[in-house]
Amino acid sequence: MTPGLPADATPGVPADVSVDAPAGLPADVPADATPGVPAGFPAAATPGPAPGVPADTPWRRLDPRMLVVMPVSGLVRLLPAFAVLLLTGREGDLSRVWFTLIGVAAVVLLGVLRWRFTRYRITVDRVELHSGWLRRQRRSVPRDRIRTVDLTARLEHRIFALSVVKIGAATGGSSDQPGLALDAVSNAEANRLRRELLDRSAVAPASTSISTAGPPSVELARLHWAWLRFAPLTFSSLAGIGVVLSAVSNLLNDVGLNAGHLAGDAVDRLARAGVAVAVGLVGLTVLLAAVVGSLLLFVARWSGYRLTREPDGTLRVRRGLLTRRSLSVSESRLRGVEIAEPMLLRAGRGAQTRALAAGLAKDTQGGVVQPPVPRAEAHRVASAVARAAPAEITDAPLRRHPTAARRRRLTRALGPTVVLVVAAFLVDPHVVGPSSLVLLPMMFLVGLDRARVLGHALTGGYLVVRQGSVVRRTVALQRTGVIGWRVRQSPFQRRAGVATVEAVTGAGRGAYPVIDMAADDAVELMAQVTPAAVKTLHT
Amino acid sequence: MIQPRAAPTTLGPPIRHTPDVTAPPLPLRAPANQVSPRAVRWWQLRDLTTLLVLLAPQVVLAVIGGPGWLFATAIGTAVLGVAYLLLIPPLLFRIHRWEVTDEAVYTRSGWLVREWRIAPISRVQTVDTEHGPLQQLLKLASVTVTTASAKGPVTIRGLAADDAAELARLLTETTQATPGDAT
Repeated sequence: MTPGLPADATPGVPADVSVDAPAGLPADVPADATPGVPAGFPAAATPGPAPGVPADTPWRRLDPRMLVVMPVSGLVRLLPAFAVLLLTGREGDLSRVWFTLIGVAAVVLLGVLRWRFTRYRITVDRVELHSGWLRRQRRSVPRDRIRTVDLTARLEHRIFALSVVKIGAATGGSSDQPGLALDAVSNAEANRLRRELLDRSAVAPASTSISTAGPPSVELARLHWAWLRFAPLTFSSLAGIGVVLSAVSNLLNDVGLNAGHLAGDAVDRLARAGVAVAVGLVGLTVLLAAVVGSLLLFVARWSGYRLTREPDGTLRVRRGLLTRRSLSVSESRLRGVEIAEPMLLRAGRGAQTRALAAGLAKDTQGGVVQPPVPRAEAHRVASAVARAAPAEITDAPLRRHPTAARRRRLTRALGPTVVLVVAAFLVDPHVVGPSSLVLLPMMFLVGLDRARVLGHALTGGYLVVRQGSVVRRTVALQRTGVIGWRVRQSPFQRRAGVATVEAVTGAGRGAYPVIDMAADDAVELMAQVTPAAVKTLHT
Repeated sequence: MIQPRAAPTTLGPPIRHTPDVTAPPLPLRAPANQVSPRAVRWWQLRDLTTLLVLLAPQVVLAVIGGPGWLFATAIGTAVLGVAYLLLIPPLLFRIHRWEVTDEAVYTRSGWLVREWRIAPISRVQTVDTEHGPLQQLLKLASVTVTTASAKGPVTIRGLAADDAAELARLLTETTQATPGDAT
């Protein structure tokens, strides 16, 4: 018996060791393996339900109304293809009609099969989803890993009062599946699931949390239409250009005009009108498209916006005009808040708050808890979400970084720009070269701003970091949310006596860097946030 | 057999007290343990493979009648590559150090951009060992400690395979004894 292995370990299976036994190594398998069972062979793999799961938890199906929704939405999506198939045939040729009918039947059948073979259940400690007709899929998420429940209802779902339930879970190892989606269940069932899955006390008798009528949900923020003024200042205005142009082009097509021809005519006329007028008109059109498009997007995304704290301690964001979205974040998973100020939005004195929660993935709307709003409102919501005073989190007075750090912001902004300008002059010394000179003062200003913005603070419960110019971000991370450190130092940083410290966390981007701290401060900061882990490493 | 709570652990080969030319200007002490001396061979073999991949097309093209300067670049590549694999792996051996204290897994790596990583033991979720083909040849292994963050894994590369297995077992036992889901 190898010393150190528990005596009751299953023979042949290093019981609680999750490490692959490497081939060709001195076997760390007990010598007294059961005769007949090859050492290292997991003979005792038990099929069937995991221990502790009552096998009789009933399986449930998706809402029967999906039998209508799925085929209909599939058919709507295929409508153009069917139209082409039906309208382009020669007269009297019926084969295309048959093809279309077969296509329709297939879509309906697939929808029915998908409903028939999808079932889910919620046991005491897992959420299980079985799906797939030819390729059976079984997904299972441990309930204590669930971080978010996201309800989405597209137009076709809203007609039938259905919601898609997306369950976001923390990813432990690389092989873990991050979560699963139930597409779709009735609104009532969706809300029941949301409460059940996020309620921490659900493991205790479930009835207590229902019978004790807790405080009603508290509204933290609701939409003010005056915030529409911030819409054109966000990146969504770029997306807005696309929305408006495609809408206009569709409209023209519908009334029988060809957008391409019209554009050609317009270019001809503009060319005759002269360069200045042409540039002006085109610029004006794009600007108009951006403004109108971003306003439309804002309305579509943020109509009916409400941020509430539910009695069970979850944060809930509800929003959306056509597609209703409802994101619930279990408050115990909250690790901090972030205020993002893209350059234009910052110029308009606006900002936007995100929640940093463990397990909040990109597809769960990135943790955005509000539309672009006035800066003061952003700080207020951040403070309400984190239950901490603004001066404790995003509005904390920050420590500036050493002179070397600020100098490095300038050199790092200007260095690559100088290379670019030189390259531009080499390519074309007459037009491209001189016009690229514009970049130098621009990047100089960006560098200055980055240097000015850079700062960090360690408040009672939070590590606060601010940086960036094109997008200025202020991140307030709970001290207890820091689950590791990475320190990097390039030769240049070594010479300047600074280092970049990244606070590793399970939420948001995974790690938040504090750029170019003085070397002594860097270690001091780590020792203050995680004293037990770092104090013995200090010299 | 290692004592689970001994700090610093005495895993790995006896520490050769080379003068720490790589003393960092950060007030962090060097991790206690070095990796296996065989890791130098491993890094050299890896660099050699890269060198051959870079060199082969140049030589082939030059021989079958490419432009004459290909011989020059091929010789240049070879000289630089050989210099790199003679100089850098021994330097890496001095820089790459690791340690498991009572409270944290701590590593140092990188010859140009120095990197320190610290993962508190209480936050460790999984422990993996890994053996690439070259590592198997040299009886080496890497141990990766992951936390709840995708950005936070701490990897100790170039350990002797036996030490890696022992270390992984020790870490797994320690982390399983720690309650909570480590997020």
